Amino acid sequence: MSLITPDFGLLVWMTLIFGIVFFVLAKWGFPMITDSVQKRADRINESIQKAREAEERLRNLSSEQDALIEKARKEQAAILKEAAASRDALIEQAKVQARDEAAKILEQAQTRITAEKESALRDVRKEVALLSVAVAEKILRKDLNSDKGHDELIGKLVDEVSSSRDLNS
Amino acid sequence: MSHCRVILAFLFVLLFPVILSEAKDLPSGGASQEVDLDMDEYLYGHVRDSYEWHITTINGKPVSIPLPVIVISKVGNGAHIFSSHHLEEGEYEGFSVAHSGKYENKIVEKGPDGSEIRPWDFSITKNVLGLMINSVLLVVIVLLTARWYRRHDAAEEVPTGGTGIMEMMVTMVEDDIIKDCVGEDYKRYSPYLLTAFFFIFINNLMGIVPFFPGGANITGNIAVTLVLALFTFFTVNIFGNKHYWKDILWPDVPTWLKVPIPLMPVIEIIGMFTKPFSLMVRLFANILAGHFMILGVIAVIFLTAKMGAAVNGGLTVVAVILGVFMDCLELLVAFIQAYVFTMLSAVFIGLSRQKAETS
Repeated sequence: MSLITPDFGLLVWMTLIFGIVFFVLAKWGFPMITDSVQKRADRINESIQKAREAEERLRNLSSEQDALIEKARKEQAAILKEAAASRDALIEQAKVQARDEAAKILEQAQTRITAEKESALRDVRKEVALLSVAVAEKILRKDLNSDKGHDELIGKLVDEVSSSRDLNS
Repeated sequence: MSHCRVILAFLFVLLFPVILSEAKDLPSGGASQEVDLDMDEYLYGHVRDSYEWHITTINGKPVSIPLPVIVISKVGNGAHIFSSHHLEEGEYEGFSVAHSGKYENKIVEKGPDGSEIRPWDFSITKNVLGLMINSVLLVVIVLLTARWYRRHDAAEEVPTGGTGIMEMMVTMVEDDIIKDCVGEDYKRYSPYLLTAFFFIFINNLMGIVPFFPGGANITGNIAVTLVLALFTFFTVNIFGNKHYWKDILWPDVPTWLKVPIPLMPVIEIIGMFTKPFSLMVRLFANILAGHFMILGVIAVIFLTAKMGAAVNGGLTVVAVILGVFMDCLELLVAFIQAYVFTMLSAVFIGLSRQKAETS
């Protein structure tokens, strides 16, 4: 049967045609397509790899950031604490200083008051002396007018006063 | 479900006038003697190679494309090139088509003793022209696809449309068949296997198309599948490595199987030839059978033409539905056979490239 006996002419033509088709497609057809597709596949794989790396880096970055924030917060707390401590110390110091100052001022004031008092007392005493002298004078004058016996007394008083004046000066 | 019903209704509407007109024709026309169908001629005429491309028959006159006949005489008549329509009248320049005998439907010349001798026949037959058309089609499709990649950066863009389909198919064949079956140096064999796949596939598909330039039974022709199988055979055996030849000539079996009677080597050497033989027969038989099935289903319409309008109409509907089903099946077969041929070729190549196991 002719169906299962290969025809020689067709064999030759088929070999020729298939050979040419194979040559053309193997040279300009399929390698171009498969290489391009391979290139794209490589590119996609590369991109995925890169994306994964970037994601990893981002994750690291955020944890780094967290660490940084934590650190900053700690530092902040420490600074705040320090500030509070130094403030307290300052206030304490100021208080102490103020107390000292106040004490000093008070002391000075006391000293002056004492001095003032003394000088005032001295003035008063002087005044009182003068006053008593004047009073005595007046009394003496009146007594002397009336009684001549009192000259002796006057002399005694004068002596007395002059002696006390000598003592004071 | 509703789709099926719509399609069925559509078929009935489409075929109703045909049924009616035949019903009218049959009693009045005396054409019933022509309805007799020569089943052999009908079936084999459609699947065999021929010197002209028969397209249709109008009013009993065949309409066909005459093709060039190229013959070189074996009895000293010289080389001849002429159009095949000269052969319709009988003998031309000493050559004629044998109508019976060993060379039925082939060009023969008369030997000195009057016997029929087959000259060297390199005619552009229907199958050769079909091969040429399909090959040009395939080359154009693939080169157009390749051109897209030349003009675009495939790493940045993805093709759409036809190029996208081609890329999908090429990638499928390369990834699913070639890479898996051949092994590590698959890149060397990928152009051949891809060519084989697409060559078989496009010829299978064009074989299903019922009108010119399709319809030639190319991959259902044993000469075509023989050449394809030979290509695989030579690829396997020329590039086979040392381990492959050792496995054939001195396989790892008990020594008494190899000496003194080389039982296993003989079996292995036979196996070398049965592999491509099976490739050849599988493709040939599957495609030929597919053509026969479709032709048989369609023949029902003509065979029942004499049995009255009702039977003929009913069976016509059945035949068309079956024909649609068969065509869908053949589409599937066209793909599967191309796939199987390529896969088995890749497996045979892969086996011939296997490294010796270290254990």
